Amino acid sequence: MTDLVLEQAVTFAAQSASLLTFDSFLLSVAAKIAFALGLFFVVPLVGGYMEHKVMARMQHRRGPVEAGPFGSLQLVADGIKFIQKEDIIPRAADKWVFAAAPGVALVPGMLIFLVIPLGPGVFALDLELGLFYALAISSISVLGILMGGWASANKFSLIGGLRAGGQLIAYELPLILAAITVAVQAQTLSLVGIVEAQSTFMLPGTDINVWFVFPQIIGFGIFFIAAMAELSRPPFDMPIADSELVFGYMTEYTGIKFAMFLLTEYGGMIIMSALMVVLYLGGWQLLPGVPLPGCDGAGGLFDCGWLGTLAGVGITLGKIMALVFVMVWLRVAYPRLREDQLQRMAWIVLVPLALLNLAVVTVAKVVF
Amino acid sequence: MTTTEPAPGGVPDNEIFVDGADWEDVVDAVVDDTITVNMGPQHPSTHGVLRLVLELDGETVLRVKPVVGYLHTGIEKNAEYRTWVQGTTFFTRMDYLAPLHNELAFCLGTERLLGIEVPERAQVIRVIMTEFNRIASHLVWLATGGMELGSTTMMTAGFREREHILDLFESQSGLRMNHAYIRPGGLAIDVTDDFTQRCEALLELLPKKIVEYEDLLLRNPIWNDRLRGIGIIDAERCYALGVTGPLLRAAGVPYDLRKAQPYSGIERFDFDVPTETAGDSFARFLVRIEEMRQSMRIIRQALDVLPGGPVMVEDREIAWPSQQALGPDGIGNDPEYIRHIMGESMESLINHFKLVTQGFTVPAGQVYEAIESPRGELGYAITSTGTNKPYRVHVREPSFVNLQAADEMSSGHMVSDVVVVVASLDPVMGGVDR
Repeated sequence: MTDLVLEQAVTFAAQSASLLTFDSFLLSVAAKIAFALGLFFVVPLVGGYMEHKVMARMQHRRGPVEAGPFGSLQLVADGIKFIQKEDIIPRAADKWVFAAAPGVALVPGMLIFLVIPLGPGVFALDLELGLFYALAISSISVLGILMGGWASANKFSLIGGLRAGGQLIAYELPLILAAITVAVQAQTLSLVGIVEAQSTFMLPGTDINVWFVFPQIIGFGIFFIAAMAELSRPPFDMPIADSELVFGYMTEYTGIKFAMFLLTEYGGMIIMSALMVVLYLGGWQLLPGVPLPGCDGAGGLFDCGWLGTLAGVGITLGKIMALVFVMVWLRVAYPRLREDQLQRMAWIVLVPLALLNLAVVTVAKVVF
Repeated sequence: MTTTEPAPGGVPDNEIFVDGADWEDVVDAVVDDTITVNMGPQHPSTHGVLRLVLELDGETVLRVKPVVGYLHTGIEKNAEYRTWVQGTTFFTRMDYLAPLHNELAFCLGTERLLGIEVPERAQVIRVIMTEFNRIASHLVWLATGGMELGSTTMMTAGFREREHILDLFESQSGLRMNHAYIRPGGLAIDVTDDFTQRCEALLELLPKKIVEYEDLLLRNPIWNDRLRGIGIIDAERCYALGVTGPLLRAAGVPYDLRKAQPYSGIERFDFDVPTETAGDSFARFLVRIEEMRQSMRIIRQALDVLPGGPVMVEDREIAWPSQQALGPDGIGNDPEYIRHIMGESMESLINHFKLVTQGFTVPAGQVYEAIESPRGELGYAITSTGTNKPYRVHVREPSFVNLQAADEMSSGHMVSDVVVVVASLDPVMGGVDR
């Protein structure tokens, strides 16, 4: 029995070997760090540019047009501007905590990109506990936000930080419950394993291959709403709420520190979208049951030629951007909720629904 | 959520006293373990420079203290040193979202003192322009109110349509805002030939756009949740505080000065006074949306009856300057007229010179003339001692009076609701501080 499990694990590990693993240990580490950092600094910019443009189009504006072709370098220009700005620390602020907060909020985002699979073999690490790791690390961000809110010595920052704390705690629960349900269905916590499980998951009683979004449409909805709330994206942007709290926990931040908070938000959008793609939308598969070009060999999902690999990365990024698009769309369509309405929605609607979802899926898993 | 009942009569037991004192003293004066937050005068949602001192228990608002005066312009006092015509150019800058209403109220008062009757064409154009101004003002309210609740789409949409109305104003008066278009005795200049066309194009466009706003907001669950039951004020308290305008009508009182004390012949037109009974922010939203529709009804009828004739009284002693033309940079004297006074008629030149430098005199007396501005009863109490300048002009500004209700409407709600309450009050600080 033990041997069998071990054998499976070894086979699985061999199958899901990362393309970023080289013979040289140092080279592997360097490649993986470069991968995560590259993702973290490039993809959010694309997402941010898309937000600028899509939002502008939906609001009868043109969006950025000056910086770069079609304004595509606007966020880069913004970043350069932020670096040049004076770095102000309020006299009453708790200096070290104030300075550390943006970093504490930012770094977890980078770490999560280590486990997110972008395509067949295109990931830095395939942890057995990948999902657990991602959810655990993402919770650290709130610490940075609370630190920023508290250390700023500003009442608006304080209220914003506390709102963020309350909001993230409330929405962590439905988020994790929804994610656990996927893990139960896939019977693995590995993100690569979850993608693989979706490629072989059949609707009970049929031989139609579907992604987890079909049996778990409710879970997907819960995850999506909770992810938006976790990210403080409008309509859940009460921690920032510019018309009430000036800029919430970011009020006192200037220059590069402010930019780090902004990057955290955009990075978070990408991370949450990527998690949804992996958990519910079949990862790098184009359509359920349709293998990528070059992927129909013995290696299954993982042994693809360069064409299949590239196509897989493209498909994942495309799905991520589609989800970002929906997030922007919701931002344009809805005003901001109130803090108590938000809490009520989390505790009275989402948590019971997520528990019910978990129960139903677990029972179904046992029955079929 | 713990809610605190608003104190009876709106007077809290231990009042926060805010004057020019040091902020630390203000904070120290509050003894219990609440926090005092200074919202404004520089704050993203306080409509210019309104300052609200909030006393919070957690997120629950115990008290709101509006502090005004940061935009004090001294317009009322200044007007005492300006001729009657120059006064128009000042008052138009008070409530800058309803400039034509300010001009109209001042001119109606002046005309009553002068005892003159304005030509009918001028009256009808005044009605058309002020009703368009009401729509523009409500659009800004919708836009800024939407933005304050996080609906940035409403903001861009509202300002987009308002721009069309301002285009109309610019084409007729030369200026987007602060027109000084309505003058004692009539209008500064007659409308252009394409005026009717322009108005009709707007009447074509705006109803469609209002439907769009309703699509965006009316059944939007979050918009409903945020507005319903927030900032309730009933008719009784409206009377007590002198609150007028959409706030009073949203509390169920069909009081509209256009019906109660008609001016500029507005009684000839058929329109309804929309009312709601809830008295909350959502009711005010509905009332304002419907008011835009009613304003368009009035404009449509007014365009149908727009008569010909002069737009200024015949009296050469008052009609200053009698001939004007719309130039590229606003209105100025007509070249024909310049030729006439400079080259042909000495008497005309003298008349022009006297009118420009001294203005006309207004018989001694006192009037109070009120009209329905987008924000409520806008009244001008004018005293003349028979000279070429007003002795005193006091303005009853609806923004200022309505702002009194802010505390009563927000106490017991949350911080986020203060923003909703202030937005639904729709104060314009230029009008509040004068």
